[in-house]
Amino acid sequence: MVILFAVFLLTLLALTAVAIVRTENLFVAVMLTGIFSLLMAANFFVLDAADVALTEAAVGAGISTVLFLGALALTAEHERSVVSGRWLSMGIVVVTTLILIYATFDKPRLGDPRAPVHQHVAPWYLDQTPELIGIPNVVTAVLGSFRGYDTLGEVFVVVTACIGVLFILGVRRGGYSPSPDGDRLTTAGSGLRHHLIPKVVGRLLIPFIVLFGLYVLFHGEYGPGGGFQAGAIIATGIILYALLDGEAQALKAVPRPVLMGMVVGGATLYGAVGVAGIALGGSFLDYSVLADDPVKGQQLGILIIEVGVGLAVCGSLLSIFHAFAARGRH
Amino acid sequence: MQSAVDVLSWILLAAGGAFVFVGGLGALRLPDFYTRMHAASLTDGMGTILILVGIMLQAGWSLAAIKLIAILVCLLLTSPTASYALANAALLSGVEPGNSRAGKAEN
Amino acid sequence: MYLVVSIAILITMALALVRALLGPSVYDRMLAVNMFGTKTVLLLSVIAFLYGRPDFLDLALAYALINFVGVLAVLEFFQSRSIRRAADRVDGG
Repeated sequence: MVILFAVFLLTLLALTAVAIVRTENLFVAVMLTGIFSLLMAANFFVLDAADVALTEAAVGAGISTVLFLGALALTAEHERSVVSGRWLSMGIVVVTTLILIYATFDKPRLGDPRAPVHQHVAPWYLDQTPELIGIPNVVTAVLGSFRGYDTLGEVFVVVTACIGVLFILGVRRGGYSPSPDGDRLTTAGSGLRHHLIPKVVGRLLIPFIVLFGLYVLFHGEYGPGGGFQAGAIIATGIILYALLDGEAQALKAVPRPVLMGMVVGGATLYGAVGVAGIALGGSFLDYSVLADDPVKGQQLGILIIEVGVGLAVCGSLLSIFHAFAARGRH
Repeated sequence: MQSAVDVLSWILLAAGGAFVFVGGLGALRLPDFYTRMHAASLTDGMGTILILVGIMLQAGWSLAAIKLIAILVCLLLTSPTASYALANAALLSGVEPGNSRAGKAEN
Repeated sequence: MYLVVSIAILITMALALVRALLGPSVYDRMLAVNMFGTKTVLLLSVIAFLYGRPDFLDLALAYALINFVGVLAVLEFFQSRSIRRAADRVDGG
């Protein structure tokens, strides 16, 4: 039954993907990407990967559409059709597909307990997590503690990506400068202030979105969730505020220096936990020495690095959003 | 008692599934944008209420029921808002209600 | 019973996808995305119970909370685009 659900969702997914490639209207492509994301999240969920599904939901539900539209405002709405080299790329795709299909013949069946991936380190993680870390969500234990190095690397990838986007979009110093054009353009930056229904409902929901983000952050040890998802959800809440009241207001609420501080501070906080481990006589990112009881130390360490990840992700996403919006004004 | 609750929740779930399906059918078959939206948004609301209340009866008093109530309240707030925003966006860019041009206005 | 409901929702998702692929206007596609969002929330809730994992409801709650942000972004996009176009027309003429 699980397989049937997954196959059905994957079929819809493949159809959507083909449609995204086929359409030349970029706005339509953005809409279809939204559907793609929803299908992907549902598919992850059906396959029991709730943490990944929550990540897809947190990013795909709001932020990616907002960022795509921000990019679309800077460019033309129709894709330029490419004529040359079509057959060559088609040939490459066909050959790659055939190779990949051939490779799947060697793959173990889906969910086979004797597959190498279930024989390598996974049983050790499952066995040792209750004993060493004492939290129910093994995914959080793996991401936060056992593979802490990888997560640290990912946080720095996010920070680097944020810096790269800011460089490309060329954000100027200083905040929002009102348009010299006077009345005619003032509504351009004011968001949906004149739409009563979204304004009332949105204002009502923003606190709950942020609260839910914090719940995801601090509940990540028990249920699906963690710093990345929390950062994205909280960023969505603030972007909602920017949509409702204008980007300038949001920038006033969370100014750019604060965003930069979040990005850098979050990544630094993560690194500092690692260094603190060394200072207290353990090794880098070994949380056991952070408290008297190694298990408590592990839990404390995971919580702090999740906060760091959340800060870095939230700051990065908001910086990128503001960079697009600022670029759109000029 | 338990079986009565079961029967009631199955009825709600079945009705909800029917509403959702009819909404999907309407969104596919109706002739222009506003009628399609009408089908989709109204049945969304009704189907959501029926299905979530049906699951709630199965869940009993637990954390899951409270989460379901939260989901229901959020959906009942956000879904009509989204429909409003969508209709407004369409109206803003000149899709007229009851006009066959609506179907052709590919922006 | 959960199974029947989830199949009904899946079929509806397929119908919405057909609407999204057919168009014809961008708003029809947007409508389909919106429908898809609500249907995903319902599907996730039903499947969470079908699997007997009610703690997975967090995911449905996340979608219920933030899924309409995308539609609001579209409204904002069209609003600022129509203002921009009006400004261009004034500048041009």
